[in-house]
Amino acid sequence: MQHTSTQDTLVGLFVAAGIVGLFFLALQVSNLSSFTEQNSYTVTARFENSGGLKVKSPVSAAGVKIGKVSAIHFDPKTYESVVQLSIDSQYNTLPDDTTASVFTAGLLGEQYVNLEAGGSEEHLKDGGKIEITQSAIILEKALGQFLFKSAEEKK
Amino acid sequence: MIEFLQQLGIKTRTSFTKLGRGTFFLLQTMSGVLSVLPRPRLLLNQMHSIGVLSFLIITISGLFVGMVLGLQGYYTLSDFGAEESLGVMVAASLVRELGPVVSALLFAGRAGSALTAEIGLMKATEQLSGMEMMAVDPIKRIISPRFLAGFLSMPLLAALFSAVGIIGGQLVGSGLLGVDEGAYWSQMQAKLDFQDDIINGVIKSIVFGFVASWIALFEGYDAIPTSEGVSRATTRTVVNSAFSILGLDFILTTLMFGDH
Amino acid sequence: MDNSVSPQNSLVSVQNLSFSRGNKKIFDDISLEFERGKITAIMGPSGTGKTTLLKLIGGQLFPEQGTIIVDGNNVHRLRRSDLYNLRKRMGMLFQSGALLTDMNVFDNVAFPLREHTHLPESMIRTLVLMKLQAVGLRGARSLMPNELSGGMARRIALARAIALDPMMIMYDEPFTGQDPISKGALVHLIKSLNTILGLTSIVVSHDVQETAAIADYIYVIAEGKIVGQGTPKEIEQSESDWVQQFMTGAADGPAHFHYPAKDYVDDLLSTGKRY
Repeated sequence: MQHTSTQDTLVGLFVAAGIVGLFFLALQVSNLSSFTEQNSYTVTARFENSGGLKVKSPVSAAGVKIGKVSAIHFDPKTYESVVQLSIDSQYNTLPDDTTASVFTAGLLGEQYVNLEAGGSEEHLKDGGKIEITQSAIILEKALGQFLFKSAEEKK
Repeated sequence: MIEFLQQLGIKTRTSFTKLGRGTFFLLQTMSGVLSVLPRPRLLLNQMHSIGVLSFLIITISGLFVGMVLGLQGYYTLSDFGAEESLGVMVAASLVRELGPVVSALLFAGRAGSALTAEIGLMKATEQLSGMEMMAVDPIKRIISPRFLAGFLSMPLLAALFSAVGIIGGQLVGSGLLGVDEGAYWSQMQAKLDFQDDIINGVIKSIVFGFVASWIALFEGYDAIPTSEGVSRATTRTVVNSAFSILGLDFILTTLMFGDH
Repeated sequence: MDNSVSPQNSLVSVQNLSFSRGNKKIFDDISLEFERGKITAIMGPSGTGKTTLLKLIGGQLFPEQGTIIVDGNNVHRLRRSDLYNLRKRMGMLFQSGALLTDMNVFDNVAFPLREHTHLPESMIRTLVLMKLQAVGLRGARSLMPNELSGGMARRIALARAIALDPMMIMYDEPFTGQDPISKGALVHLIKSLNTILGLTSIVVSHDVQETAAIADYIYVIAEGKIVGQGTPKEIEQSESDWVQQFMTGAADGPAHFHYPAKDYVDDLLSTGKRY
């Protein structure tokens, strides 16, 4: 086995390339680098209609992703959609009168929860509730309004 | 009719017998894996012939599959004005499905058939028997290192396949078709989940590596020790591996991605 | 048969062995003794299971009935680790040589030493060169098995078989398919290794002349039975039809030239009836 050292080098290169590939997938392709679940706190928000929101939909404030939706269920008493948001714990200074709205990214894009800070001195805590919510805009409604408006402008 | 049923009975019985032999073989192989650890040289040699020699076919195929995905995805997505999501589409298809599955199929064709032929020929030329008479357990000395090497190489090969494919998709998507490069990566990152997509893809490739190595080694070890027997065993390796990989992929996909 | 081998001095003793493959009975209640320090040959037509006998002695196959005792151990009752320890003391030369194709000659001969001992590499080198010198192929150490002629491969395999200094060697058809010179070299090697190393040799062969030249004792097996045994001289003078046919190579005898079939004339006529 004279070629042992070349062979070792090749195997080393192969393993290194494979591991680089795995890291590439983990860091560059997935959301691992941007958000980890361990360091987060959960707040709930009730929506009249959460539209196309799904578990893992992003939660953002001022256009920056700060968390994700961790659970959605239907409250059979109030007929509301109860949405749990898990927010990265470094953003722990959101006021307790923050408004949560379900927005759509682009016309056909996915839906996400947008948080808009209020003016209160108190901060939202783990297990807290967001009282002021705005439901998802239903595409048909929005389109209807848009067409109605543009028709008015033409007059 | 009775003859047909008889034949069917015999066929069923032989295939169960073979499955039993295969399971016993797998257990022996796995118990032999521990004895490989003190001798890394054996593993290294096999990592070379299984992993390194599959490297080229895997990366080149990955690149082309990614490029084709980029093209096809672009044409479909641009109908809906959603070219920006090209990255998501390419990455999700590769990481979840095509990466593990196609690289496992290539692995079965490249490394698996070579393993079967190698072991089968060793059997046909009495090398395995000779080893046994030299008081060397051929399972521990020959089979287990190859099994371990296949099992370890597969996830690395699949990861390479996906990574290269995603880059290939980007080359075509933003280089040729003008999809915004930032959107390609950022949408991908926003949509793909580490746990759900990457880890599940890796689990798939580990399972495929395990099964493909097992089938290849067992078919070689169980081959009729003649040239015809070995060539038949090699064919069986490719066919059986392909069936098992695709079947298992369906099962694993249902388990992993079934709830959303 | 008054000078048959005494069981006390035998290294390998096969007692009442029966073995069959499928429906074919390969051995039917046969007993053989292999004396220490001697060359014992087992002869017989092809397909009589001579190789099977060696595999039974080596513990690779299990008999249906009977026992095989090697150096006081019942081979088929041993625990796996004990069987492996026993095999370290049994060399076997396969018909094809069974050299490992991915290693060169040197590594092949070093293989059992590296697997079973923790000798330093310098010591292994010395031992390997000694064994290669013994078979006259020290100069071929860096060749790969596919570069060797059949006779050379067998001699290398022999060097490998004696690498661990075994107590016995089993030769499976050592002369088959060899040119006269290689045959001569192998005959010489088997004989000299036996005397120099004090080995016990079991030679399975159907090459009458070569085997008769070196064997101390010969068993002739046909159709699962021992049909003759004795020293080469006794065998030559044997009155058994089987032994005579085998030794002289007559086309017809107890072993028929024709594969069993129905009567020739009937067979020819019966096809005529189709018209």
